[in-house]
Amino acid sequence: MKITLNVNGKLHDIDIDPGEYLLDVLRRIGYKSVRRSCNSASCGTCTVLLNGKPILSCSTFAASVDGQSIETVEGMSDGEKLHPIQEAILEEGGAQCGYCIPGLIMTGEALLRENIDPSDEEIKLALNGNICRCTGYEPQNRAIKKAAQVMRGELDE
Amino acid sequence: MNDSFVTVGKPKRKVDGLAIVRGKPVYTPDYDMPDALVVKLLRSPHAHALIKNIETEHAKSINDVVDIFTFCDVERIAYTRAGQGYPEPSPYDTFLLDRKVRYVGDPVAIVAAKTEKAAKDALRNIKVEYEILDAILEMKEATKEGLPIIHDESECSGIYDKSRNIAAHYEMNVGDVEETLKTCDVVIERTYHIDTQLHAALEPHNALTYLDSVGRLTVITSTQVPFHCRRILSHILNKPIADIRVIKPRIGGGFGGKQSVIVEPYAALVTIKTGKPARITYTREEVSMATNIRHEMSFDVTVGATKDGKIKAISLHGVSNTGAYGEHSLTTFMVSGSKTLPLYNKVEAVHFGGDIVYTNLPPAGAYRGYGAPQGLFPLDCAIDELAYEIKLDPLELKEINSIREGETSPIFEIMGEGREGVPQTMKSCKLQECIDLGKNEIDWESKRGKKIRNGSKVRGVGCALAMQGSGIPKVDMGAATIKMNEDGSFNLLVGATDLGTGSDTILAQIAAEVLTVPLEKVIVYSSDTDITPFDVGAYASSTTYVSGNAVRLAAEKIKEKLFELASKYLGKGVSELSLQSGMIACKDGASVSLSELCTMHMYTFNQQQISESASFVGEESPPPFAASFAEVEVDTDTGKITLLNFVSYADCGVALNPIQAIGQLEGASMQGIGWALYEDIIYGKNGRMLTNDFFTYKVPSRMDFGKLTCRLVDSYEPTGPFGAKSIGEIGIDTPIPAIANAIFDATGIRLRHAPFKSERVLFEILNMEV
Ligand code: FES
Ligand code: FES
Repeated sequence: MKITLNVNGKLHDIDIDPGEYLLDVLRRIGYKSVRRSCNSASCGTCTVLLNGKPILSCSTFAASVDGQSIETVEGMSDGEKLHPIQEAILEEGGAQCGYCIPGLIMTGEALLRENIDPSDEEIKLALNGNICRCTGYEPQNRAIKKAAQVMRGELDE
Repeated sequence: MNDSFVTVGKPKRKVDGLAIVRGKPVYTPDYDMPDALVVKLLRSPHAHALIKNIETEHAKSINDVVDIFTFCDVERIAYTRAGQGYPEPSPYDTFLLDRKVRYVGDPVAIVAAKTEKAAKDALRNIKVEYEILDAILEMKEATKEGLPIIHDESECSGIYDKSRNIAAHYEMNVGDVEETLKTCDVVIERTYHIDTQLHAALEPHNALTYLDSVGRLTVITSTQVPFHCRRILSHILNKPIADIRVIKPRIGGGFGGKQSVIVEPYAALVTIKTGKPARITYTREEVSMATNIRHEMSFDVTVGATKDGKIKAISLHGVSNTGAYGEHSLTTFMVSGSKTLPLYNKVEAVHFGGDIVYTNLPPAGAYRGYGAPQGLFPLDCAIDELAYEIKLDPLELKEINSIREGETSPIFEIMGEGREGVPQTMKSCKLQECIDLGKNEIDWESKRGKKIRNGSKVRGVGCALAMQGSGIPKVDMGAATIKMNEDGSFNLLVGATDLGTGSDTILAQIAAEVLTVPLEKVIVYSSDTDITPFDVGAYASSTTYVSGNAVRLAAEKIKEKLFELASKYLGKGVSELSLQSGMIACKDGASVSLSELCTMHMYTFNQQQISESASFVGEESPPPFAASFAEVEVDTDTGKITLLNFVSYADCGVALNPIQAIGQLEGASMQGIGWALYEDIIYGKNGRMLTNDFFTYKVPSRMDFGKLTCRLVDSYEPTGPFGAKSIGEIGIDTPIPAIANAIFDATGIRLRHAPFKSERVLFEILNMEV
């Protein structure tokens, strides 16, 4: 079947199998930041935004999001300029192997769009589904907090 | 110390950081190869069985199925999957495919198909008839008489005692433990048991193989050991090393799980047999059940001391479960002793020994800490128990008996990895500073023994001290090549393998520091067997120390070369020259920039490529040290354990990149915390791992701990590159004992079986009340 996806503002007409998951389709058309780890909705690595809300692409049928808008980390930076979450992750040492990072950034972005001044607890809660096996989580949590400060204009990048 | 450095000792951003945060296609699964065959493995549903008959014709006839291979189609070559130096101290007990299967998940057939769907279809349509054998699912049973023999095949070598399922055995003594115990006032004798653990790296094991334009086998793979991988593939596939290229792109986590050669041979076989590119990607379930897990171990521990707290004798005698295959069996077990016992170096007698046994469970292998946490749990907790016996603060008991700068232990010389070790005296050991700072941070004095209550909840604190190593001395070799470009930049080629640890970054920092150029002028390329020099790979906490020293040596050779060339060009003596900020200057004011110097040597004057290589093998393995503290709250109504705070201070010498170094300590601590409290493997009656996904196997998430405080103390290791030693593993050693000791402090309950499930705590509480 044919579906249309708006990915990071770009329209794609794609031929898919009816049973195909969004994760596979996005990777197939080049969005390699969307990564598979558990393939069963339990690690957050494959998180993308669907109409601005975080979803797990490994367990979302591509057919079910026909015509809708998807955001991935490829669309986060503005040319050379990184998004404040990306900056803060680098600054705070939030990435080691980096495999969890795109999913984490997307979940963080969805949080900050809703709540530009989250508390520590709110950050942990929002990102709780994003497993990271490398870090001790603290630098990532700090990074989201810092990015929020930058986005509120309280902190220079 | 750090102030005199320009690039090292600074919290530089990771050199691969931009690619990571932008989600660039840098991991093995991101390499597109549209016509790559999908490789899938049919796996045994039985823990121990013989294949009586295997019928693949029907499956082969399915549309898009290209070929299927069974043990009849592969040459029978025994090997070990262990990615270790050669010859490996692990038994050759593994075959690519075999007539016998030895655990639930053991590969039975290799399917190659054009599509994922066809491959899966084929798996369902292969008919296998098994003769089911009795299985050994308990490590304590394995050596009993009359049990089935797991490895009875004649081609195997290096197995200690096949008939009793003992893969390896080790034993060593210093002094006479029994006699010394007689002179002790207190003797603690206990048994501690520690379960296995999954690595759970987020990127599954996967590899892509193809023949290049001249027919050489290329393997792109998520591995910690590219050079060992090439060597082992050459052995299994009967192909010259010259015909194989292994490329390691970025790795999505390893933790030891990718220090064995697991997926590569299957895809490589398909590529060789079909001539086509092939890709194998394990599912999460396969990663859990059919790669490597941690060695489950059990130790009888005996510690004897005088009543004023001088520890005189230690004995650790144990058994380790290597599962169906023996990769890393002897060496992980030895590390349980060699990287724990020297901590308490004032003893008069030490015994360490035991068997590493086969069972019909998933094969164990390398895992961060490599046996040290399994040894430290009994050792540290028994000392903790002893402290209560003689009414001493356990921290004080550990403090007064532990090793310090300038001291040594006979264990260093006796126990290496799979062989004898090397003698060494601690040139850097800031254990006291770690203890003092950590003690303060957790507020030890005002919390210990107070059993602070809030309703049914009671709090306690516990501590543990640890050490590790920095590479395997006289075994691990790392090499680096540096070549110069005409703009004054340098290509740094290293065999070292960054598995997310940040090693590409710190190795570049080392080169930049020596060559006095900004970090951006050092372009790192790592782990491609065609291009980079050899390195054993990322394991044994070796990269910073071993590969780091190689980079420093290579950079120093380049610097010497630059002086020599500049001296000819400027007509000045080498001794008059100095290098600063990318300029070579003479005392009289004459100078030449590195870019000018390289440009002229490339195009016009004394033409040559400026490049140098260097290798390094550690003469010793300076241990990092750590003191860790846990504060827990136990709900005595439910047994629920809450980790309120975990504090860890480590001495890793000079931290070449403090942010990355602390990240290693934090990450390893978190894995240790997970192992202590949440990560629990359950097998079904038939030996099948039931906890093979992230729903059933709980790795810690953000809400599973209170506070994590990891810090580094000032230290300088004279034999390390710019004073550095290792930090990758040590953090995982302490959480289990520190948390066990904290639970005791809170409740008076000694948990001697990790992980510490709330159910076990509640059970003990109920027992106490009876
Ligand atoms: S891959 Fe989708 S949640 Fe894990
Ligand atoms: S950085 Fe490796 S999983 Fe998060």
